[in-house]
Amino acid sequence: MKYWRSHLGLLLPLLLISGMILWPVLTGNVSNREIVFTILKAIALASSLNILLGYTGYVSFGHIVFYGFGGYIGLYLVNEQGWSIWMGMLAGGISSGTLAFLLGKAILRLRGAYFALATIGINEAMEAFINNFDLFGGPIGMTLNFSVYRAYGGAAQALSMSFYIMAVLTFVAIIVSHLVRTSKFGLGLQAIRENEDAAEVMGVVAPNAKTWAYILSAIIPGMVGVLFFFKNGNVEPHVAFPLHSSIELLVMVMLGGQGTVLGPILGALVYQGMRGYLVTSNIFKDIQLSVSGVLLLLIVLFIPAGAIGWLRHRFSALRRVLA
Amino acid sequence: MQQISLLLASLPDGILLGFVYGVAAMGLTLIWGVMNVINLAHGPIIALGMFGTFFIFIRMGINPYLGLLLVAILGLIIGVLIYFLAVHRVINAPHLSSLLATFSVNMIIIGLGTAALTTSPYNVDFNVGSFRLGSTVILVTRLIAAGIAILFTGGLYLFLYKTRPGKFIRAVTNNRAAAELMGVPSTRILALSFGLGTMLAAVSGALIATFFPFSILSGTSYELKSFVIGVLGGLGNPIGALFGGLILGVLEGSITAFMETSWVPVIEFGLFVVILLVRPYGLFGAKK
Repeated sequence: MKYWRSHLGLLLPLLLISGMILWPVLTGNVSNREIVFTILKAIALASSLNILLGYTGYVSFGHIVFYGFGGYIGLYLVNEQGWSIWMGMLAGGISSGTLAFLLGKAILRLRGAYFALATIGINEAMEAFINNFDLFGGPIGMTLNFSVYRAYGGAAQALSMSFYIMAVLTFVAIIVSHLVRTSKFGLGLQAIRENEDAAEVMGVVAPNAKTWAYILSAIIPGMVGVLFFFKNGNVEPHVAFPLHSSIELLVMVMLGGQGTVLGPILGALVYQGMRGYLVTSNIFKDIQLSVSGVLLLLIVLFIPAGAIGWLRHRFSALRRVLA
Repeated sequence: MQQISLLLASLPDGILLGFVYGVAAMGLTLIWGVMNVINLAHGPIIALGMFGTFFIFIRMGINPYLGLLLVAILGLIIGVLIYFLAVHRVINAPHLSSLLATFSVNMIIIGLGTAALTTSPYNVDFNVGSFRLGSTVILVTRLIAAGIAILFTGGLYLFLYKTRPGKFIRAVTNNRAAAELMGVPSTRILALSFGLGTMLAAVSGALIATFFPFSILSGTSYELKSFVIGVLGGLGNPIGALFGGLILGVLEGSITAFMETSWVPVIEFGLFVVILLVRPYGLFGAKK
């Protein structure tokens, strides 16, 4: 009983995501499936970012670099070396994790805005480098050879398979997020977020803990990158490292509530839903970016803890369920 | 030998551009120094400055250098407005809040700008001739722009060190709490600093527009350059930014003599990260 109570916070996220996955499966509608795929991708990326941003308190403005880097490596292996998508995703995840390990050793010494600036610099440097890297197709990028899909029963079959892989990745991201939050390791991270020096005095080995948080937050984005470029059939430098997507992820985490498991899920769902509405509405479609900007500003100024943080603060009875 | 002549040909251009980059970075680093806020709306403001030149010169027919004054005043006003609307409430909040608040301003300006001006490139066809200096051709627009950039730097220096509000700004930079205790009206000073920062951004944009084509989105690349320069010169050190700009300009001028232009950003951002790690207080800044 006690065991279940400590994992109560996972219940709502899992139900929410299961519902989202079942919707296109039950209706059998391909366009619904694409919508849910986009939302699941946002959830997986935002939840991963939340490990670094929400739990550890380090603002990464260039987190999309792991998505692009892992995606590039994975797609190269699948396309040019004939690896299967499974091995490609594994390789993408591992290479993003390795990149995070190497970067983390260097830049996690920086604090606050200096760290944020460094992550922007790394994202831009990586994009510029890939732009010049002939093995990965330089500025043109890589286009997936269509025969690759044949191993999975044709393009249509591969697309539907991608959806289920994405669903699994999202579940993994959520469970990792929850495990980190409830573990002793996560407690150390949250101590670092509140006061890094005090955390070190209390025995948290901050450099190691931060590096592990960085690695954990990088692996899933790398795998998602491989899957997305595999599904899309091509990859280009400016599609793989869009700085504004990094910031959209920050917005999602902020919107839902940083440092919670449910927050990034809710934030990603609401943000994607809102964007979908704004882009298609007649009144807002030209200024959808401005409308998003105004909303973001209002959230930052008036509810900085995000929706879940606000609810937890106002209604303490909800704290056990909304983790 | 061929590379030496290429270098000689591209270096003066790089140096002249460096001064203008320096002005943009000066605005960024002034804001950072005074209130520890990285202004992510810097790029769109630069772009607005570019359009300022476009409308003043093409539509109204006023000489762009005269129009610069108008751009500067508008930049100051917009900056003060942005401060009170977006920054003031989060000035003491964690960095994430101020980063996102200024980024939301970025989104608002880009969104409205895209709707009103589209993202297709504009060009200000402004030519005041060129002359030969040894083996290189120097465009007079760039020479004047560099001159104006130096003028603005000098003006900022005089303002910060010789006038009362300037001294207030330096006092708030040093220690806001202590400055408040000494009777410095800190809110007004913060708003003024933010206004000055955006004014410098708008001015640099207005100058860049006289020699490069631009769109509402082109501010972003200059914003990123400003980050690099700011870190080179030491974040929070406005005068150091001019030297940072010169270094970047020289780099851009000289790299192209040895490698393809597309490698320039790799080296710029690589350098940026390395300097952040090794000397986060800048090449000229003193260790705090």
